Amino acid sequence: MIQIIRSRRAMFLRWEWLLVVLIVAVALINTRLSPFFLNSNNLLRTTSDFMELGIMMLPMVFIIVTGNIDLSIASTLGLSASLMGWLFMGGWDIWLAAGIALLVSVLAGLLNGVLIARLKLPALVVTLGTLSFYRGLAYALLGDQAARGYPDSFTFLGQGTLGTTRIPFALLLFAVLALIFGLVLHKTTFGRYLYAIGNNEPACHYSGVPVERIKISIFVLSSMMAALAGFILAARFGSTRPDIGTGLELTVITVTVLGGVSIFGGSGTLVGAILALLLVGILRFGMGLVNLQGQVQDIVIGLLLILSILLPRIAGRLSAGVSWRKQTILKTALAVTVALLFGLFFFWSRALILTQ
Amino acid sequence: MIAETQTPARPQRRLVQAFVKFREIGIIVFIVVLAALVSLRNPAFLTAANFQDIVLNISILVIVALAQTMVIITRGIDLSVGSMIGLTAMMVAYLVVAFPGMPPILAIPLGMLLGAALGSLNGLIIAGGGVPPIIATLGMLSIYRGLIFFYSQGKWINAFEMPPSFRQLAKGAPLGVPNLILFAIIVALGVYYFLRYSRTGRDIYAVGSNPDAARFAGIPMQRMIFRVYLISGILCGLAGVLWASRFEAAQTNTALGFELQTVAASVVGGVNIFGGSGSVLGVILGAFLLGIINNALTLVQISPFWQLAAQGLLILLAVIVDSTILRRLQRITSRKSRT
Repeated sequence: MIQIIRSRRAMFLRWEWLLVVLIVAVALINTRLSPFFLNSNNLLRTTSDFMELGIMMLPMVFIIVTGNIDLSIASTLGLSASLMGWLFMGGWDIWLAAGIALLVSVLAGLLNGVLIARLKLPALVVTLGTLSFYRGLAYALLGDQAARGYPDSFTFLGQGTLGTTRIPFALLLFAVLALIFGLVLHKTTFGRYLYAIGNNEPACHYSGVPVERIKISIFVLSSMMAALAGFILAARFGSTRPDIGTGLELTVITVTVLGGVSIFGGSGTLVGAILALLLVGILRFGMGLVNLQGQVQDIVIGLLLILSILLPRIAGRLSAGVSWRKQTILKTALAVTVALLFGLFFFWSRALILTQ
Repeated sequence: MIAETQTPARPQRRLVQAFVKFREIGIIVFIVVLAALVSLRNPAFLTAANFQDIVLNISILVIVALAQTMVIITRGIDLSVGSMIGLTAMMVAYLVVAFPGMPPILAIPLGMLLGAALGSLNGLIIAGGGVPPIIATLGMLSIYRGLIFFYSQGKWINAFEMPPSFRQLAKGAPLGVPNLILFAIIVALGVYYFLRYSRTGRDIYAVGSNPDAARFAGIPMQRMIFRVYLISGILCGLAGVLWASRFEAAQTNTALGFELQTVAASVVGGVNIFGGSGSVLGVILGAFLLGIINNALTLVQISPFWQLAAQGLLILLAVIVDSTILRRLQRITSRKSRT
């Protein structure tokens, strides 16, 4: 048993080191690609593009560690930002509006949590439903309108810097939250319970762990952090449209899984997730410097996600001494052939149009 | 001995079958009540033209939701369907524009072939590589969507660029019914026959309802799982061609977020998200219910901005009702087997 834990810990250490190596490699490539990369102003300013992601990632680590998933965070972000904007346009004070929106986000998290923990419904389906539901409410509130004209004291959340330095306020906020979440996950009973639930939920239940309450609380936490991310995003844009933050849930999950948090629950560290956020951040920054479109950047992130699971598995199989059976070779050959044929056709037909 | 071990299983199975039937009747009742209420507010709802409109609007959804259903039955999920539809729609539209002389019917096998390539890559990563379906298809969702942008450089193919014959592919009605509806009917019949009577179809249910038992029974699990993703790709390829033809455009955001609608139609139609059960009729009814709600919101003049919220609420309602009834059924069966 101890051996298993030790070897696991060793593996995760390796995983996090791998992320560090990747980060250094990407940073080196970036400095080669563009002289503007190693500019502390640029680097600091670019972090503000990822703080919403980071803030939503922290509770996502908790949720995935328990073996659940929350697909509704980006919609909760949209709902709370839209509600805040709608109230603000109706003449409310911005901070009061934000407070109400935060309360609604607690309700949103409660609905997720109660359906998942109490009614024992699968998190994937429940949050898929609330993904539509909450985003739909955001659209119902604002329609095709945009809320704008936020006061400077509010836009400071997303645009402000600390005193005379160039450190963004959102970066500090993320750092403080990350520290709290890290301590809770790794240094408290609550955190140990999260891992225990992810490893064996029935056993936790029988040993008196308040599984239901813990699950509900992390979904509420997730929604509240999503609302906070929504305020920061709205403050950064200086306006709110109902489609604000659409699709961010996928990036958040990608970063979490890339950080070594097992999608089946029970393992992963917050440090890993933060390193993965850093990696994705500077990767995107570098790709932006060489003028790659955002959607083309998504290809790289998607590949990274799949390879981060696929390569360790293949390596594990190879090091376990599994011989290259005929079937394995055939399958690999098939995959390569299909990908090659598709790629050939893809580029041939693309060239056909582009030359016209 | 054998008879003894089988007896507790039988009433349970019969009850589950009854439940599935009840489930379909439940959706039908819901549809009828909704239709009655809407037609009271707006008589235009209960007309043949409007009915055809609804069916036309859900045809592509039915095709892809059936593919999604097969994946869900094996305990998987395919989140990349929207991106696969978008990518095949874009590639096929480009080729149709590049070769205006090509008979448009050729676009169908071409799209299915492209879809098969995309689907088989999904299948290989999941079945061969052992990557969890949700992660693999989440990654592929970004990759295929990114490829659409890379392929088209962000440009769209518009209606005026497409040859009229291609536009007729989905819209034309040489048999009195729009081709699009016929395609959906053919696919539905094909999937019905495949799941019910073919060996692979039965194996797909077996893999989903009890993977361990399926493995001991000698069913090649990986091959079955590979096949459902392959089929999903092929049907998405078909859907992509039909999408480009029906909406007379291929855009970079074609079918963006469509995966949610397909999962919604499946779940509302009674497909068990934990795998192992689901029927073609249920999924068609689920898609029909979604179509009716979207249509009804417009007809009773509720802002279309409520559509998404209504769809989400419906998914939640469906899973809550399902789980409550199933749990009650299980309690009844366990009590029976104890006595």
